[in-house]
Amino acid sequence: MIDIAWSSFTPWSALIGGVLVGLAAASFLLLNGRIAGISGILGGLLSPSSGDISWRIAFLAGIIGAPVIWMLVAELPPIEIEAGYPALIIAGLLVGIGTRYGSGCTSGHGVCGLSRLSPRSFVATVSFMFAGFVTVYIIRHVLGV
Amino acid sequence: MKSALASLFAGLLFGFGLIVSGMANPEKVLGFLDITGLWDPSLAFVMGGAVLVGLFAFAIARKRTLSFLGFSMKVPAHTHIDKRLIIGGLMFGAGWGIAGFCPGPGLVGLGAGEIKAVVFVASMIAGMGIFEMAERMRSGPSF
Repeated sequence: MIDIAWSSFTPWSALIGGVLVGLAAASFLLLNGRIAGISGILGGLLSPSSGDISWRIAFLAGIIGAPVIWMLVAELPPIEIEAGYPALIIAGLLVGIGTRYGSGCTSGHGVCGLSRLSPRSFVATVSFMFAGFVTVYIIRHVLGV
Repeated sequence: MKSALASLFAGLLFGFGLIVSGMANPEKVLGFLDITGLWDPSLAFVMGGAVLVGLFAFAIARKRTLSFLGFSMKVPAHTHIDKRLIIGGLMFGAGWGIAGFCPGPGLVGLGAGEIKAVVFVASMIAGMGIFEMAERMRSGPSF
């Protein structure tokens, strides 16, 4: 039995934000000919080759700059981070190693991979979604944190 | 230069999308991953909206060998489904479930000046560095 959190359900802003993310991935693909996979773009900077650096930095600067520009114009929606520092460090290490080992994250495998109907990305997406569900289940309902 | 400008534009749009959608808020993400608790399905609509647009983009891209700026299309050709893909995905998902951050929202949080997001991103880059070193050791010493 699934209980829906209707009070925090925001389908419209989620859909509009999703369309923006899709437009970002689409423009990156159609202008630069590349997949907008954030973990790959960031991770590629750790073993850089010439001519391969500026577009990576520009893309990352855009993502980091978005909230900065937003805050100049309007109040930023809440960013609530409940995890403590040890948990954030473990989570960061797992996300860093896992996305590089599995060649992608929510953007590369999720958005772009599913959009190009890649069976490989579908399997990756199912894997990280599954692990996400299980992890939250264990933390919230088994450990009761 | 052209590619850097296009990248900056796409990055900004991506960041705005993450903020508008609620994906940049880890509590919202954890509410989405908590299917056995009080479930907030909103973020399924983020993926839905993004893929809806993406389907068109990749359909156009498939017919082209050069991008609209004249760069070659670098769409991955890998099709193999192996242990790396699945184990990597499981590790990433576990980390995602612990803090509610995946790479993009981590960077948005960093831009917003959240100290916890800075710690997450620093750890994530360290993780990527560990992976990079492990790969180099696996492929043999380079000296």
